[in-house]
Amino acid sequence: MDFDFLFRNFADLTITGLALGSVYALVALGYTMVYGVLQLINFAHSEVFMYGTMAAAFAVIALGGAATTSTGAAIGMLLVALVAAMLVSGGVALLVERFAYRPLLNRNAPKLVALISAIGMSFFLAEAMGLRDKITAWFGLDDNLEPYVGRARNVVPLPDVVDPVGVFDIGGYTVTSIDLLVIGGALVMMVGVDQFIRRSRLGRGIRSVAQDPESAALMGVNSTRVVQLTFLIGGLMAGAAAFLYILRIGATRYDVGFILGVKAFTAAVLGGIGNLRGALAGGLILGVAENWGSAVFGTQWKDVVAFVLLVLILMFRPTGLLGEALGKARA
Amino acid sequence: MNDIVLDVANLTMKFGGLTALDDISFTIKEGEILGLIGPNGAGKTTCFNAITGVYPATSGQILFQGKSIEGAKKYQITKRGIARTFQSIRLFKTMTALENVLVGADANSRTGIISAVLRLPRQRREETAAHERAMQLLRFMGLERKANELAANLSYGDQRRLEIARAMATGPKLLCLDEPAAGFNPAEKQKLMALIRKVRDEGYTVLLIEHDMKLVMGVTDRIVVLEFGRKIAEGAPAEIRDNPAVIAAYLGVDEEDAS
Amino acid sequence: MSTATTQPRRTFGQRIEAMPRWVKVAAMVLLALFFYALPVLEPPFISTKGSDFGAVMFSVATYALVALGLNIVVGYAGLLDLGYVGFYAIGAYTVGVLTSEHAHWPFLLVVPIAVVAAMVSGIILGAPTLRVRGDYLAIVTLGFGEIIRLVANNTPWLGEAAGINQIGRPPNVTLFDVPHLDWSTGSPLVDLNDKTTFLKFGISDQIPYYWLALTVVIIVLFADRLIKDSRVGRAWEATREDEDAAELMGVPTFKFKLLAFAMGAFVGGLSGALYASKAAFINPESFVLILSILFVAAVVVGGQGNRWGVIVGAALVAYLPERFRGFEEWRILVFGLALMLLATFRPEGLIPPRRTVRARQMEQEIEALEEGEEL
Repeated sequence: MDFDFLFRNFADLTITGLALGSVYALVALGYTMVYGVLQLINFAHSEVFMYGTMAAAFAVIALGGAATTSTGAAIGMLLVALVAAMLVSGGVALLVERFAYRPLLNRNAPKLVALISAIGMSFFLAEAMGLRDKITAWFGLDDNLEPYVGRARNVVPLPDVVDPVGVFDIGGYTVTSIDLLVIGGALVMMVGVDQFIRRSRLGRGIRSVAQDPESAALMGVNSTRVVQLTFLIGGLMAGAAAFLYILRIGATRYDVGFILGVKAFTAAVLGGIGNLRGALAGGLILGVAENWGSAVFGTQWKDVVAFVLLVLILMFRPTGLLGEALGKARA
Repeated sequence: MNDIVLDVANLTMKFGGLTALDDISFTIKEGEILGLIGPNGAGKTTCFNAITGVYPATSGQILFQGKSIEGAKKYQITKRGIARTFQSIRLFKTMTALENVLVGADANSRTGIISAVLRLPRQRREETAAHERAMQLLRFMGLERKANELAANLSYGDQRRLEIARAMATGPKLLCLDEPAAGFNPAEKQKLMALIRKVRDEGYTVLLIEHDMKLVMGVTDRIVVLEFGRKIAEGAPAEIRDNPAVIAAYLGVDEEDAS
Repeated sequence: MSTATTQPRRTFGQRIEAMPRWVKVAAMVLLALFFYALPVLEPPFISTKGSDFGAVMFSVATYALVALGLNIVVGYAGLLDLGYVGFYAIGAYTVGVLTSEHAHWPFLLVVPIAVVAAMVSGIILGAPTLRVRGDYLAIVTLGFGEIIRLVANNTPWLGEAAGINQIGRPPNVTLFDVPHLDWSTGSPLVDLNDKTTFLKFGISDQIPYYWLALTVVIIVLFADRLIKDSRVGRAWEATREDEDAAELMGVPTFKFKLLAFAMGAFVGGLSGALYASKAAFINPESFVLILSILFVAAVVVGGQGNRWGVIVGAALVAYLPERFRGFEEWRILVFGLALMLLATFRPEGLIPPRRTVRARQMEQEIEALEEGEEL
């Protein structure tokens, strides 16, 4: 156990932990909202995220991004990538709602059956991405799509269009522009969603269905639309997270969804499932804890930190730190 | 023969800010049929839940055969001798009528997994005894021909009777019936009254929640009346029937106008 | 106005139930003999060209064993376990450690130890987590499965990523040789060059391992039947149906849930122990999460709660990818889709327990009656 390493690199570990945690927080939003409204764990949300990363990478590749791209053009490309990621993730989220959940909810199927359906869809979506080369070959489309589908199981790197620029120093670590973008961007998004849920009419609809679906229906709230909206918002946020993730990490792969999904779910539970602010708190705490843990125990134990935290919280404090439900947010 | 089976003393149940039961006290003597009545929301099922260990009491005591049930788990209370039925039927739907009753009879079983796999003599004895008891109870309820029917496929009346049989299979001293006549027509209610009397004659003590006044007056020895979580009257059926407070509680009129 | 009452058509399962006992016993014995003989018979349509049929049959047998164990947890007791590969891994690694990595104890002595280790871990996992709600339990068990794999990956004492090799084997007893059948000419001929030694647990011929695994499966099937048909099985069903009502009927539900977990872990560990010996080499990659999902898929697709259904599910999951080479790559995609479709259209699985079938039948009859009256 190397506490020395932790103390010497404290600022580095903490700030990069916050950046990572911001991504977790945005993805956690999707888990926490769907759970708040449907009391279901959206197992397929991890793939919603993964498709967003792919969309962002493909967008930049399609626009011809490279290390030589000018800064102005690069920013433009990244904006396109962000929009692409959000749209694709939102779209996949709606597909998940439509095909994995809605038919079951309409039949009042038991929750475990819905979970199994979501698990099936999650693996289907991930494998579909991992087999995209074979699938496009089957349809005879592979000629133009080579850069996107070539060797589908491999890592897809984001072209190196921007270099992180050091902005300021703190505790011996140089905070980069990307760090700030990730943390700041995530915060802005989360505040936006929080405000939307609290103040807007649609947000009230979501809260009312989360609290009491029958009364909400009696008040004229269309619960199907509310569920769709919940999935959509979660998806959009996952798409934003996907963009920030690939910007920070620089690459993605068809199977990044699972591990990140588990960590984001852990963050959601840590903060209090159903609680939006809990998702933010949980994400940031998890990101930092992971980094500190890997510093003390060694990087190969990094993922174990998340799993152990998950198991411990679910066993001993399943209501999480901020322990409230989505429906109880005050107007 | 006049031992006190159940002694509820100053029982109070609070859920957050809501006081569901407020300082309730009553006793049940062995061999009695005690009726627990009151308007909706009076706290009758909450009382059942307290007695069977579903909720811990906020304050007060519940003594079963002289011993407090505080801290005991639900299945322990059942093993000690309190069994119940439910307001909305809660049978094991994918199991047959016989199997439902067997689950009740299993409450007294000491067979574990090793005995089951090796089919040790004790397991075979207990299984035979449980089957006999279960069939006996099904006959008692008139259900023996439906023994291998899935509980979900039985008629409503049969399901209610099956639930009682299942509770009886646990071998209780005190049998708590929660609105056993709900949804019955008058003829069925008559049969149920006779059945409850037969159950008592078999040696069980019965605590009965019911809304049908004729049934309650006809079958109980004593009645306890609850309103808004408080006991407002206790006594023989004849006394309760003419009690102005009780009438007022049900009709919602002033006491003076009720008599 | 008369409504013709039709006798409900008896299902295949009901017709089998109705046969006299000696017929059923004889059929079972014949079926068992057939399965023992199968890899030696090498029937043309069933046997796998691309890979060693004996090895494939062993794989089917281990999956069947796993499915039976998981069926106790998921199908009987109603607990969704997404980390079953953890118990499988503990069984395998115990055998690996005690027969190769840190000791050289005989395989047959180590198997009971491996099984007990898995069972103990099942109890340790279950004791705190079984109090947790259903969907949370699924995620906790998933976390547990991954923790086991990651610990194996990061612990030098367990071989880390390199794993453990030269794992011990059951003792050889060379009695006689069994020749295989050769169908290449279109009709079966006894091929004296292709033989399996009874009983030699070598590397090239997996069939003795298959026979061992098949025997274990049969024993577990018997035990399963005995347990299910007792108060233990009834307690599990009642707990699954309505836990609170079960407890109020005197069932100590927590103890029985823990027992289901322990039994599932027992069988999972046993299967892992057999796998480790046959494979002779294990590493953390042998125990990835996707295995847990495939195990659950086998149980759910096959028919949770029905011991024959889950065996069919296991056979599908283990056999199809080998029979249809090239299917291997698509296996997860197809099973993911299968889970989705099944959850929507037939959540009870391909071969559900008889009571589910009867309940459905009754529902359909009632619907038919109602529609008849409306017309």
